[in-house]
Amino acid sequence: MASPNPLQRTTPIVHLPLLILAALFLGPMIWLFATSLQPREQVGKVPPELLPRQYYVTEGAEHVYVTPPQPLGTAKLLVVPGGGPNAGQQLLVDPAQFKDGKLTQRVRVADREEARTFDAQLIRPVAADSVLVKEWLLSKYAKKKARVFYVAPTEVKSEVKPVWGNYPEAIKALTSGEKDKGRPLSELLGLSVYPWTPKGEQGRTITFLTYLSNTLLVAVLGVTGTVFSSALVAYGLSRIQWKGREALFNITLSTMMVPFPVLMIPLYSVFRALGWIGTLMPLWVPAFFGGAFNIFLLRQFFMTIPNELSEAARIDGCSEIAIFFRVILPLARPALSVVALFHFLFVWNDFLGPLIFLTRPETFTMGLGLQQYQSQNGGSEHHLLMGASALLVLPIIVLFFFAQKTFIQGISTTGMGGR
Amino acid sequence: MSPLERRKLATGLLFTSPWVIGLSVFLIYPLLAALYYSLCDYSVLLPPVFVGLDNYIELFQDKLFWKSLWNTTFFAVGSVGLGVVVALTLAILLNSKVKGLTFYRTVFFLPSLMPLVAGSILWFCMYAGQGGIINTLLAKIGITGPAWLSDPSWAKIAIIFMAVWGAGNSMVIFLAGLQDVPMSLYEASIIDGANWLQRLLHVTIPMVSPVIYFNVVMGIIGGFQAFAQALIMTSATGAPEQSTLFYVLQLYNVGFMDLRMGYASAMAWVLFIIILGLTFMATQLSKRWVTYDR
Repeated sequence: MASPNPLQRTTPIVHLPLLILAALFLGPMIWLFATSLQPREQVGKVPPELLPRQYYVTEGAEHVYVTPPQPLGTAKLLVVPGGGPNAGQQLLVDPAQFKDGKLTQRVRVADREEARTFDAQLIRPVAADSVLVKEWLLSKYAKKKARVFYVAPTEVKSEVKPVWGNYPEAIKALTSGEKDKGRPLSELLGLSVYPWTPKGEQGRTITFLTYLSNTLLVAVLGVTGTVFSSALVAYGLSRIQWKGREALFNITLSTMMVPFPVLMIPLYSVFRALGWIGTLMPLWVPAFFGGAFNIFLLRQFFMTIPNELSEAARIDGCSEIAIFFRVILPLARPALSVVALFHFLFVWNDFLGPLIFLTRPETFTMGLGLQQYQSQNGGSEHHLLMGASALLVLPIIVLFFFAQKTFIQGISTTGMGGR
Repeated sequence: MSPLERRKLATGLLFTSPWVIGLSVFLIYPLLAALYYSLCDYSVLLPPVFVGLDNYIELFQDKLFWKSLWNTTFFAVGSVGLGVVVALTLAILLNSKVKGLTFYRTVFFLPSLMPLVAGSILWFCMYAGQGGIINTLLAKIGITGPAWLSDPSWAKIAIIFMAVWGAGNSMVIFLAGLQDVPMSLYEASIIDGANWLQRLLHVTIPMVSPVIYFNVVMGIIGGFQAFAQALIMTSATGAPEQSTLFYVLQLYNVGFMDLRMGYASAMAWVLFIIILGLTFMATQLSKRWVTYDR
């Protein structure tokens, strides 16, 4: 059916700009997940590759995953010296270094280098067109020596295979104790410190689960607190006629725009006086006292509920608090879920609050933990940074697909984005 | 006051008591305390010492203050301006009853859900100088990309691009606004012989203008609070050449790194005054916005 509004008539040509824009918007997201599944050596490769590609050589029946092949360029000899710094190991040397079972090698003696000769056994010559590949060890924290192979280029094969191991590795990378990173992941996570772990318990370490449990604790307490208290206050501001109600509402409205950075210094000294700095309390206790925006949102919603419902309940002998719990709250479920969702998103995304109030790594939230890891490791390990970032964004994406309606309605009716 | 009125007052106060406490302790007190601290020498560790307007006098002569104010204004105006254009374009395209609306809406909206920390790290990696994906792709179409985050004249723009990527939020709001425009207006304009562009300029945009205006003001207020992007993507000092030293970043540095809390409080109050001015404009229009509520 043709719409009377030509602006709303379907024209297939809109798909062209829309698809281009969709690619631009989705691109970074795809790149995030693609990079998080690539082997370290593939990250930042020119030209860039989207699909994770792993190289391997076949050793007997074993697939050995290896680094991308590096051409040797010149013919070499593979030898095993009987003495010197590389005694007993396979060593790749120039043909000129090896003659009649003797290897001439430059060796560090005291603080200078000298040429020394050792007995050595020739394994095989390596042709100039061979490539060098190293066994690819998933974890840089594992104390294992990588095997090295010198093979013909045709022997190195590759396949498209995601490196799921980047995720456990990223989880390990977030751990603060360097010596704990060598442990297997399950053992490491078993040692996690939680917000409810007694102080001074030995042998515990800070892990991904520490950050996750801190964030979830703040989120659960904060959502409970803000939904309940904001609804209570909104009820008082909409369903009860009392002197001073409009004044309080106007003050509430006018404080809605006061930004957190303006308040953060006095808040810091208040929380410091209370002894809350370094604990999670500054992040969730204030939620129990309501929030201006949530109160405003719920008040607007409560105003739309017909007064006859409350009157009927009052005639039946319901107290004000019973009306709140039994009549208003059940009817306000859509608005309450918007408040809950926005507060959860706020906690999950909050960075400045945790940065200021949390001082000990065992209290860090996910976002703060991730930022600390990034700032300490520069920008070198993109695949792990992307893996850790993916872990931060995945729960939000899952939540979006489960509560899509609440997201879209919440944003379009409030004009806010939950930030 | 009648006994009924008195009882109602008591009930009303009881219901609103959490907020009365919260408002006083977490909002009004800190706001006034910040004003007092701004007139003091204060390091948190020692009690504040009154110094009058010294902090403000020093502030207005502080090059970094002006630099951070300029950076923030540039970022806020740039990201909101570009963001609104992109969001409105997307909303208008999607409002044409296009097939696959849900798919497109999801695609454009998802990036705005990205936690700021994760988003900043993602763009930091994509901008990376050597072998960064953005410059590699630009090179493919024959453009030599700038050094983005390490080039003082590009760093802010790089952060603006990331902000525009998250414009899906505004798009959803605009889309809701567009769907509220009465059909009769379009019918009338068609009868008057208006073409596509005329309808856009004289019906659609004026009708959603309160929504746009509200969004612009809210966006600029939000933009003035930008912090994590700069800290993560460049550095706490707003390198290169302080080109990404945002206002709140400088406030944080002065207050929590140098422990000059009095001076930082003066910065906080200047920020408050700026936002107050912007909010004043916003509230004038938010009254119109609220009538749009379904």
